[in-house]
Amino acid sequence: MRKILLVGNPNVGKSVIFSRLTGVYVIASNYPGTTVEYTKGYMHLGDEKIEIIDVPGTYSLDPTSKAEEVAVKMITETEGILIDIIDATNLERNLNLALQLIKLKRPMIIVLNLWDEAGHIGIEIDKNRLELILGIPVVSTCGITGEGIRELVKRIPEAKVSDFEYEKDERWGKIGEIVTKVQKVRHRHHTFLERLGDATIHPLTGIPIAILILLLIFFIIRRIGEGLISYLFDPIFENLWAPLISSLSRSIGPSIFHDILIGKLIEGRIDFVESLGLLTTGLYVPIAMVLPYVFAFYLVLSILEDSGYLPRLGVLVDTIMHRFGIHGLAIVPMLLGLGCNVPGALATRVLETRRERFIAATMMAIAVPCMAQIAMIFGLVGRYGPKALFFVFFSLFVVWLILGILLKTLIRGESPEIFVEIPPYRLPYLKAILTKVEMRIISFLFEAVPWVLIGVIIVNILYVSGVISFLGTILAPLITGLLGLPPEAVAALIIGFLRKDVAVGMLSPLGLSESQLIVASVVLTMYFPCAATFTILLRELGIRDMCRSALIMIITALTIGTILNLIFTVF
Amino acid sequence: MTLTELKPGDEGIVMGISGGRGMMRKLESLGIRIGVKIKKISSQLMGGPVIVQVGNTRVAIGYGMAHRILIRPVG
Repeated sequence: MRKILLVGNPNVGKSVIFSRLTGVYVIASNYPGTTVEYTKGYMHLGDEKIEIIDVPGTYSLDPTSKAEEVAVKMITETEGILIDIIDATNLERNLNLALQLIKLKRPMIIVLNLWDEAGHIGIEIDKNRLELILGIPVVSTCGITGEGIRELVKRIPEAKVSDFEYEKDERWGKIGEIVTKVQKVRHRHHTFLERLGDATIHPLTGIPIAILILLLIFFIIRRIGEGLISYLFDPIFENLWAPLISSLSRSIGPSIFHDILIGKLIEGRIDFVESLGLLTTGLYVPIAMVLPYVFAFYLVLSILEDSGYLPRLGVLVDTIMHRFGIHGLAIVPMLLGLGCNVPGALATRVLETRRERFIAATMMAIAVPCMAQIAMIFGLVGRYGPKALFFVFFSLFVVWLILGILLKTLIRGESPEIFVEIPPYRLPYLKAILTKVEMRIISFLFEAVPWVLIGVIIVNILYVSGVISFLGTILAPLITGLLGLPPEAVAALIIGFLRKDVAVGMLSPLGLSESQLIVASVVLTMYFPCAATFTILLRELGIRDMCRSALIMIITALTIGTILNLIFTVF
Repeated sequence: MTLTELKPGDEGIVMGISGGRGMMRKLESLGIRIGVKIKKISSQLMGGPVIVQVGNTRVAIGYGMAHRILIRPVG
């Protein structure tokens, strides 16, 4: 099968064009380095089926980060047509990669994407002339609206090897010549978005704005999450699902099936959090407790991603991140980790060195709870009011800070400084936001719900077989002695290996006090990542670094849990 | 002067880069190379990154790196 590789600088819209060509959705955002892994898809050209590969962005064929390394390796090792996607608003810089690609002597097409934006800011490019100079097809597109995609598909068969020759040392000179020949720039005034953009990166205005934005985000997520739960999901489960399950419960009668499907009846009634059956807790936790917050989080995150704010936030927090031996862009994996630690772990690839990736991944896995877990903490600890919630998240934040400082001194290696393109602000495109949220919700449902169900089954097996009470007895000195939790809390710690949200839910029937709940919530966040995150971390860090990271996790969790327990016992 | 000394809002020509090949290559990949005109947009407190505009691209450069970029101010 013939292959086509979509290549180009970071943040030029490769992923959007990939989705247009293949119909396969991939997450696209407005910051460099959204795509850190390649994605494959297929398109039909006449009778022929062609494989399309969305390659992570790279500025040149000399890689400077892990994501770029992946990109360059793919470009040089995979046979096929190269479609070089160029940001039409940045012709000169993008031609640098284009001319390097031309030297590979592969059939090529050039796509001038963001064509409409270039027009808006007064840039005119004579694409016919560029085509004549380079001797390969040049097509203009606007990925987000789909303009020009048909033309691109039509011209794929015309892809050919460029006959443009130049000496390696004179590349920038040649690029200058080309740009003077094909590009005209009209002078223009600064737009409102640009002035707003400047305010968000000046330290005096930028830091207050950042704090305001983060508070607003927190407020919006809680409002949407709580609203959806109390006005939509709870009524559905209480009024429609509960009666149905109750009658099912009566018709099955006490049996092993009843235990697995419906679980225990609490005071003769179904309790969606505590019953621990597949059809009760197994559905209620992921759908009615977690999903609303996951939805709210991804809605807000997607708007932030597409606006172009994230790299600016990275610049503002850069000085703080330096204390941890990482740089400002590490805020991206941390923020993504708040949604789910899996994409968070993958996003550490925006960092250049092994040391930085290790520090960022370990900090995230330990101190950044995912939305599923946060939702459950809201549900359980939130009953004791905002002070209890504050205690949980403040403890995690302090751990995050101290851990960062410690890791910087403990982990050897290099930490280069921030060096990143700041994309222009763009008004998020509503349709793109909705599709992105929809895809993330679907992947949440397909990835989380099965794990939750498996978790619920395993809990039942562990209880029935007596493993829980056995481990509870063995680990009692640790769990009761150090952390001040009842031995049964060991069940939550075991299930936490599978899913953190179910684990937090399992604390509910234990009758914990407020301070015990806080300790348990903090320890459950830190002690180990869930199965899905563990798999990704293992792949990203390698087995040796993963073991080191896991050791740090367990030590931190025990230490902090003990300290918190001490604080609560003393005061 | 160095890029860190240039005032926000001012423009200058890159006269030299005192760094290894890796750093030159990195800067070059985003269009920052000797002879190019750049405009400083902002700097952060306490040795934070410097933001410059080169062509139509805005780039955030770590303080240490910015300190090794020599600039001749213009206009």
